[in-house]
Amino acid sequence: MSCTEVWWSEMEHIRMPKVENVRLVDRSSSRRTQVGTLYLTATHTIFVGKGSEDRSELWVLHSLVCDVLKHKASQNGYPLIIHCKNFQVIQFIIPQESDCHNVYISLTRLSRPEKYEELYCFSFNPNVDKAEREHSWDFLDLKAEYSRMGLPNKLWHVTAINREYRVCDTYPADLFVPKSVTLPVIIGSSKFRSRGRFPTLSYYCKENHATICRSSQPLSGFSARCLEDEQMLQAIMKSNPGSRFMYVVDTRPKLNAMANRAAGKGYENEDNYCNIKFQFIGIENIHVMRNSQQKLIEVSALRSPSMGEFLMGLENSDWLRHIKSIMEAGIFISKAVAEEGVSVLVHCSDGWDRTAQVCSVASVLLDPYYRTLKGLMVLIEKDWVSFGHKFSHRCGHLDGEAKEVSPVIDQFLECVWQLMEQFPCYFEYNEKFLISIHNHVYSCHYGNFICNSQKERKDLCIKEKTHSIWPHLWENKLDFMNPLFKPDQSQNQGLLRPRTAPYCFKYWRRLYNRFDRELHPRQSELDCLMTVKEETQQLEEALALYEQKLAVLDKERAKTLYMQKGVLESKQALWSSPLDTSLANTPQDYIGGFIGGAPNVFTLQQGERESAELCLFGDKPKSSDADNSDQESGVADFSSHSSGEESLPSEDSVKDPDSDETGPNRA
Amino acid sequence: MEFAELIKTPRVDGVVLHRPFMPTVEGTLCLTGHHLILSSRQDNTEELWLLHANIDSIEKRFVGSLGTIIVKCKDLRVIQLDIPGMEECLNIASSIEALSTLDSVSLMYPFFYRPLFEVIEDGWQLFVPEEAFKDLESMTDEWRLSEVNKDFSVCPSYPSLLTVPKDIDDESLCKAASFRHGGRFPVLSYYHKKNGMVMMRAAQPLTGTNGRRCKEDEKLINATLCAGKRGYIIDTRTIAVAQQAKARGGGFEQEANYAQWRRIHKAIERSNVLQEGLIKLVEACNDQSHSMDRWLSKLEASNWQSNVKEILTTACLAAQCIDREGASVLVHGTEGTDSTLQVTSLAQIILDPACRTIRGFEALIEREWLQAGHPFQQRCAQSAYSNGKPRSEAPVFLLFLDCVWQILRQFPCSFQFNENFLIMLFEHAYASQFGTFLGNSVAERLKLLLSQKTVSLWSWVNRPQELERFLNPLYEPNNLVIWPSVAPQSLLLWEVPLQMHEMPKEHMDCEISMC
Repeated sequence: MSCTEVWWSEMEHIRMPKVENVRLVDRSSSRRTQVGTLYLTATHTIFVGKGSEDRSELWVLHSLVCDVLKHKASQNGYPLIIHCKNFQVIQFIIPQESDCHNVYISLTRLSRPEKYEELYCFSFNPNVDKAEREHSWDFLDLKAEYSRMGLPNKLWHVTAINREYRVCDTYPADLFVPKSVTLPVIIGSSKFRSRGRFPTLSYYCKENHATICRSSQPLSGFSARCLEDEQMLQAIMKSNPGSRFMYVVDTRPKLNAMANRAAGKGYENEDNYCNIKFQFIGIENIHVMRNSQQKLIEVSALRSPSMGEFLMGLENSDWLRHIKSIMEAGIFISKAVAEEGVSVLVHCSDGWDRTAQVCSVASVLLDPYYRTLKGLMVLIEKDWVSFGHKFSHRCGHLDGEAKEVSPVIDQFLECVWQLMEQFPCYFEYNEKFLISIHNHVYSCHYGNFICNSQKERKDLCIKEKTHSIWPHLWENKLDFMNPLFKPDQSQNQGLLRPRTAPYCFKYWRRLYNRFDRELHPRQSELDCLMTVKEETQQLEEALALYEQKLAVLDKERAKTLYMQKGVLESKQALWSSPLDTSLANTPQDYIGGFIGGAPNVFTLQQGERESAELCLFGDKPKSSDADNSDQESGVADFSSHSSGEESLPSEDSVKDPDSDETGPNRA
Repeated sequence: MEFAELIKTPRVDGVVLHRPFMPTVEGTLCLTGHHLILSSRQDNTEELWLLHANIDSIEKRFVGSLGTIIVKCKDLRVIQLDIPGMEECLNIASSIEALSTLDSVSLMYPFFYRPLFEVIEDGWQLFVPEEAFKDLESMTDEWRLSEVNKDFSVCPSYPSLLTVPKDIDDESLCKAASFRHGGRFPVLSYYHKKNGMVMMRAAQPLTGTNGRRCKEDEKLINATLCAGKRGYIIDTRTIAVAQQAKARGGGFEQEANYAQWRRIHKAIERSNVLQEGLIKLVEACNDQSHSMDRWLSKLEASNWQSNVKEILTTACLAAQCIDREGASVLVHGTEGTDSTLQVTSLAQIILDPACRTIRGFEALIEREWLQAGHPFQQRCAQSAYSNGKPRSEAPVFLLFLDCVWQILRQFPCSFQFNENFLIMLFEHAYASQFGTFLGNSVAERLKLLLSQKTVSLWSWVNRPQELERFLNPLYEPNNLVIWPSVAPQSLLLWEVPLQMHEMPKEHMDCEISMC
């Protein structure tokens, strides 16, 4: 089926391409709404506000929609709630019940594609030629990453055994194994591991030769053993000449692992393997994590909760406890490698969820490279994409088994964020980078996170038909830089040793309340520092330029008039305003509508309502404009500008930003 | 009394000092009348100088002849001293206990402290009511400075000069004072230049169970309203608590008698409840179980963050009434010396950009806390580690600073000062070489002759060399009203005073100052 065909078939799902007089409700105050027109396209839901001059728009990708709900009719019409995978919640009120139902049916279908071809990345067509697209897929090179680690070397080499994905169809084609293992050993070992995921290298520590290896659980049952698998582990241990044993870390709770034995799976018996130290870590499974995040999302979405409700909700979600357990697993492994110089084999059940989390957290702790922009991209490409984290299932890209969905990668990104909170100067990227990656893991805008394995992506010709996210992020790296990053500080060279006291784990407001702008600081230290940094750089460049010119002038003894003109010009460019307090300089509802006692309902007159301005986050994105991808489902910020009122103004005018309060740096 | 009598062992060698997040130090421990000093007697090593007045409680432990004293400070630091020799250890412990619980104010260190710097600008003379009134006069002529309290007989906790409506004479003020708890009649707290609205503060009216009223009190506060305008009375207590207060002679303004005012009740906890909250919070931070569930439930049970939220919300409400509703506001709780001051001072930080500068913030503390009669000495006598029965201790001021920090976090470029400044104020409120926070009121301070016998904190802080570390490098004056978010998702736990981390983000600060 060609893209055009898919597009036409999707158009068929649209029962209602356009609805007029729809209200978009502001989440922070249901009393504030914006009237406009709702459009359904093959790829987006679009709301266009009826502002007279500023036609603000809201674009939501269908692939980001995780849930569409109809609520009971209100006095203005029929509410339709859209929950997105990036935690945006949008509420429309549609005047006619039939329209609401049609939009609901269409959106429900459009947000649950049945085939990969329906995903946005296959129709997303930025204005780049074929060569450029192919080039975008070469942006990251895993071979280069392994050679950065120091591989291949005299102990480790690439095996060609999985080139055709015959030994393990969820592994990448190129895998590093100890040179000493023979093909029969690999094959034997793979037969003794769930889904053939035999032990293979994930990270190699150049300094002391210790490695992090990964696999799935052994099919040990209650007593089975496999000589090749034992030889495999022995070879891994021996490939680290400095150590006399290795750790085998089972990231599951012991009880879960034991239960698996009954099904012929299980964990390594220390008696059968020479020189291993076996360790359970106790990270819960995907179902527990899914439910936990669901509870966390509910807490984050509470409208003006009490402090008690919020903290109890946070506690009951157990989310931070899970984050802590993943972090602790990563710390255990990173310490084994860096401090003891001991290699570690990590597995869980299938070796593509908890194993991916733990290996990558340990890598971030161990290697400063993964704390750089490019390094984090490479790490995700290696430990997650290439090693077969089931993105399609876990992110629910296609309509299917809800039980397969789980926020496994969310947890990894959050662990990195928690580390950034503890080590603000050791990361080249900022949290916007993590949030942007999170958004694109779910958006299906680029092909990187489509499918469940490398093989599937190859079969689907992802590289030929879609674009890669990484060069796009790299082009926008200025937005993602941490101005506090100190790459050359000596502490940043080695292992990060985070603290794990419970209070060191925080609620990630920027992710879970990403679209609730009123909840975030009104001034950003980050932006401010970035501006200062940029200004400094500009000044330094200007200085260098003038010094050059001075030198020339000195030599030629020419007139200096020419130079002065330049000074004036550059000055204007330098002092652009770094701050934007205008965006939220309005009071919240501090009393729950008590003031005035008079009816506090939305009392704007029709005329005023129309002049109310809807200001949306981000401009209208065009598919050719790659830069906007992150803002596609932008947040709506309402600032209704009503005319002044006498005596006790209504709630709405209370919230009006006065013109003299829109920004500190207007001048 | 001679301090020497209390010091049985003035000096012990070979003492090991343990501090969280810092390497241990071995050295000589010395006790003086006011300090516990530990010095390794080597160059380039930091010495520990700890004021006895800062010690909240101590614990002793013995393993063989090695004694250990755990010193828990009012500023919430905890240090451990390993002292060889049982007798020495016992002597040191009993000396510390005696020296840290001296009752007499005049024995406190500020009376003995001699500054090593030249006092260029005397902090005692920096913030006098006359100066503040001059500013007010330049904006409005509706107010006058009354000397009715010049001998502190009308209201012992008020200063001698008070700003009151021009049309209200001193006689009426006396009558209104007799109708308010502790004589704290309504006085001006803040004048909002933008629209001429005002914020006043007082203590609860003494309506009692039979609904007493006082015409002068009504007239006094009505004098602040423009014709036809209504004002808001923000009672920091819940309606239930306010009702109960009637039985003890207190109460709240009846609608019938204050027809031009709308009363709003909020729920800021009383000071004794706040103290329990601090104790529970500190306990939660020191919990060794490392369990996430326990931490979150203990944090919740301490109600600390709830208190922060409630205080901030009430302050925002007061600011909103003034700035957005264009209405004047009267704030009071019970005594008018705790929650009332939290609300009036925070509202000014929200409304008035001047309060976000260092000088302005100092003036605010002087005006709304010291001169307004917050009983610092009582409230800060003990802290979270005290074993003694709490009397009137409460972290009212710490909560205020916490709220300021929350606003600072949300508007990191709008304050001239940084977090260190707030921490410094917290520490000096509990124990200090300066006299600023001694005493409970202006009257007490005068009696103690503090301005003659002690140095003011401001004399020291405002020196350029000290000021440097309190400056916020991101500061850009912002003339706007700043509305913080009070949602639980937006409020953070202020970790620094809780000693949860080693000098947090210090590296960040130095990075910022580099730019």
